[in-house]
Amino acid sequence: MTATVGVAVFPGTNCELDSIHAVETLGGDGKILWHSTKNLSGVDAVIIPGGFAHGDYLRPGAIARFSPLMSAIAKFAKNGGPVLGICNGFQVLTEAGLLPGALQKNNGLKFLCKTVQVRVETENTTLTRKAEKGMELSLPINHFEGNFTCDLDTLNSLIDHDRVVLRYCDNPNGSIDDIAGVCNETRNVVGLMPHPERACDLLLGSEDGKVLFESLLGSN
Amino acid sequence: MVDSLHRVLGLSDEEATKIGDILKRTPNPLELAMYSVMWSEHCSYKSSRLHLSRLPTSAPWVLVGPGENAGVIDVGDGIAVAIRIESHNHPSAIEPYQGAATGVGGILRDIFTMGARPIALMDSLRFGSLDDARSCWIAEGVVSGISGYGNAVGVPTVGGEIDFDSTYQGNPLVNVLCLGTLPKDRLVLGRASGIGNLAVLLGSSTGRDGIGGVSVLASAGFSNQVDVEKRPSVQVGDPFEEKRLIEACLEIFDSNLVVGIQDLGGAGLTCATSETASRGGVGMDVDISAVPQREPGMEAHEIMISESQERMLAIIEPNNLDLLFEICAKWEVNANVIGRVTAGDKLRILDRFDGNVLAEIPASSLHDDAPIYDRPKKKPEENKTVSSEKLKVKSDVVSDLLSLLSDPSWVYSQYDHQLFLNTVVGPGYDATVLKLRDPVSGLETNKGLAITTDGNHRWCAVNPRVGTKLIVAEGVMNLSCVGAHPLALVNCLNFGNPENPEVMWELSESIDGMAEACEGFGIPVVGGNVSLYNESSGVNISPTPIVGLVGKIEELHRKPPGFELLEGNRLVLLGPSHIDVGGSLWSALHGLNSGELIDVDLETHKVLADLVRSLVSDGIIDGIHDLSAGGLGVALAEMVAKSKFGITVARIPDALSLFGEGPSRVLVSINSENVNELLSRAESANIPTTRLGLVGGDRFIVKDLIDVPKETIDLAFLTQLPNALGVGTVSA
Repeated sequence: MTATVGVAVFPGTNCELDSIHAVETLGGDGKILWHSTKNLSGVDAVIIPGGFAHGDYLRPGAIARFSPLMSAIAKFAKNGGPVLGICNGFQVLTEAGLLPGALQKNNGLKFLCKTVQVRVETENTTLTRKAEKGMELSLPINHFEGNFTCDLDTLNSLIDHDRVVLRYCDNPNGSIDDIAGVCNETRNVVGLMPHPERACDLLLGSEDGKVLFESLLGSN
Repeated sequence: MVDSLHRVLGLSDEEATKIGDILKRTPNPLELAMYSVMWSEHCSYKSSRLHLSRLPTSAPWVLVGPGENAGVIDVGDGIAVAIRIESHNHPSAIEPYQGAATGVGGILRDIFTMGARPIALMDSLRFGSLDDARSCWIAEGVVSGISGYGNAVGVPTVGGEIDFDSTYQGNPLVNVLCLGTLPKDRLVLGRASGIGNLAVLLGSSTGRDGIGGVSVLASAGFSNQVDVEKRPSVQVGDPFEEKRLIEACLEIFDSNLVVGIQDLGGAGLTCATSETASRGGVGMDVDISAVPQREPGMEAHEIMISESQERMLAIIEPNNLDLLFEICAKWEVNANVIGRVTAGDKLRILDRFDGNVLAEIPASSLHDDAPIYDRPKKKPEENKTVSSEKLKVKSDVVSDLLSLLSDPSWVYSQYDHQLFLNTVVGPGYDATVLKLRDPVSGLETNKGLAITTDGNHRWCAVNPRVGTKLIVAEGVMNLSCVGAHPLALVNCLNFGNPENPEVMWELSESIDGMAEACEGFGIPVVGGNVSLYNESSGVNISPTPIVGLVGKIEELHRKPPGFELLEGNRLVLLGPSHIDVGGSLWSALHGLNSGELIDVDLETHKVLADLVRSLVSDGIIDGIHDLSAGGLGVALAEMVAKSKFGITVARIPDALSLFGEGPSRVLVSINSENVNELLSRAESANIPTTRLGLVGGDRFIVKDLIDVPKETIDLAFLTQLPNALGVGTVSA
């Protein structure tokens, strides 16, 4: 059975077509979810893609979290539905309280677009079940506010409960404990700053993102 | 009062008389203001138009040539490409971040106006020298502005170039190129037609930003307001507004709702209303009271010439209005009917459609009747004859080489260059390579587009005609290095004050050189922009024509070779060995902008470009680099810095051979097994070859000249820009 992946679009979102392309390359079906809808029927998984939802005004994700779609996604996640937030989508998920922590400005105070190495830290999430722990992936990053931070209790809890999904091999942005991606307590909601949809084609430099999409598509 | 107002507005006495003759009466202040912006150098190209007509503009694949918002070419598979380059030099000098940001916004609108989705941006940047603090501040601000606007608006910045030279001190150059794709049959033009059709203003409200001459106007007593503030004349950009405007317009085009559409750029509403009307051979009534205004109390002339960003003017049939409003509401874009297409040829500005007529002008007179000047030209005195000296400096070859190296990745790592999954070769190489996708389905065509921007003021300062030919030739070779053949050229002509006969001579010579090269290579010029009055403290910049070339790769199956050197590879130089120091980066390093330029033989260059293209598309070679500024030495060092290995080369006897510059030279890195194939292909094409040496080890060795560790090269390459411009963000 083909998995249908809903891809959220807010005004200012720009990675929706790239995300759909990656999903469809791996045999899934992509479906646009406009921010004003509350209808997720027929959707097996949700991606909140990268971009600048609502212009990133106020703070990245701060306005998007109030959209009707986000309340539907919160319900979907609560019922165990797989939800993936990429880059701006990760920021939206932290603002919406579906993931802990926050993304602040990179420690170099510059936007950064380049390919980095990240390490898979757990196989036990909706995004990594087909990957191997310790495996290194070459994935592009593309963000100004990608510096993950949280208080020490939260950090310890993330570590104790194996909720750090990806770590940077060479920290590009100052993220606490090199964290590039985390999951929620029930492991079905994952946020990451790197863009796996940009790494599904060798001609573009890497296809290391495929294993993550395969995990997401097979996670139902 | 009005008699002297024209001078305050920058119109000459003759121009004012001509306006009176057109109207057969004395123009009122609003009319005068409208003529003043449309007849400005910026809008009318009055000093350059005569010369631009010498450029070749046609080819069977050209769908739209110069004169529209962007050039459009047919690239096959039912796909068309829209391309344009434009300068935003003066705003960037005053307010680097917003100047550059609004430059990006403006060029994007030129592209989606044509019905195309913008898919790529490139920037050609020039700043004063790196040891000047203000120039560094400008450079940092411009890069941040491009990053801040381009990334947020969701169009990748996939390439460009950057250079630093004291000639740009106080007058940086910010030239932005944009490329978009569209289904060939969706081409939209900026013209009004259909009496009774509506002109709908989309996007931002209109404010007092970007009113250049108007602060002068006000102070000349034009307005009765006593407290008109002198607002900054640099516009402020809002990428989020532009992103929504792009999506709304593309959806409007998909629904086939517009008759014509025009973006609002320089000269704002005056330009957009008069251009659409005059192109369509109709008149237009404009109700300025219907224009949404950012603040109360705006005067008619302010509304008509404001350059507030993120606005479009759509011409639609009245029965499509509801659908258009619906799409705009979805994207949260304002839409207001502000005009009606009328019979006749008059542009009328009204206070309400049934109210007072504030201005009444033949629409076409704002464009077609703009003056054309054949300004005096004068060849400068030949006072640059230091050439015979042949750079008798006792230069230190190693330290010279290290000073000439500069990695632009500090700049482009701040730009999203990967969005849309097209970027096969990104910034930092000879040319950018993008996958060519169907603009509607997104499906790949297995073909590619290649884009390059090139400029070299050092060459053009020595000889603007030959220098410009060399730039076009370099663009052609850059495309060949990624396996592409050229289809079209756009240009941005950045020159000094045209009232200076020597500057006019440079401009005219440069255009002749460009025409000669384009004719020789069979490349049509499909668009351009002229930026004059680039001067600071009375000193004109060196002539800086920038060219953007777009080419096509017929089969894009593998990544083109790039700079990377593989261990054991052989290094071979292709092309004539005729070089000189005239206009070279090396002589500039030693403060000399002198000497002779070696002219390019267009036929030889074409043969070499064909050879290189075949080597790349047949997968014969592993690495390639076009030789340009800095000559063979810089090309070798750049390839080493981008690779894991060092090199050992010979047959480079002296500094001149290392740093001299000449046309039609390409460095290739090739597996030893393929060397014979390369040599025999070169021989049958009658292209000279020089076997230089091989790749390996961890040192950079030029026999009897240089022997340094590879890390020394890497360090100089990587650190120059981050050290000068800010906190280092480069990590290899």
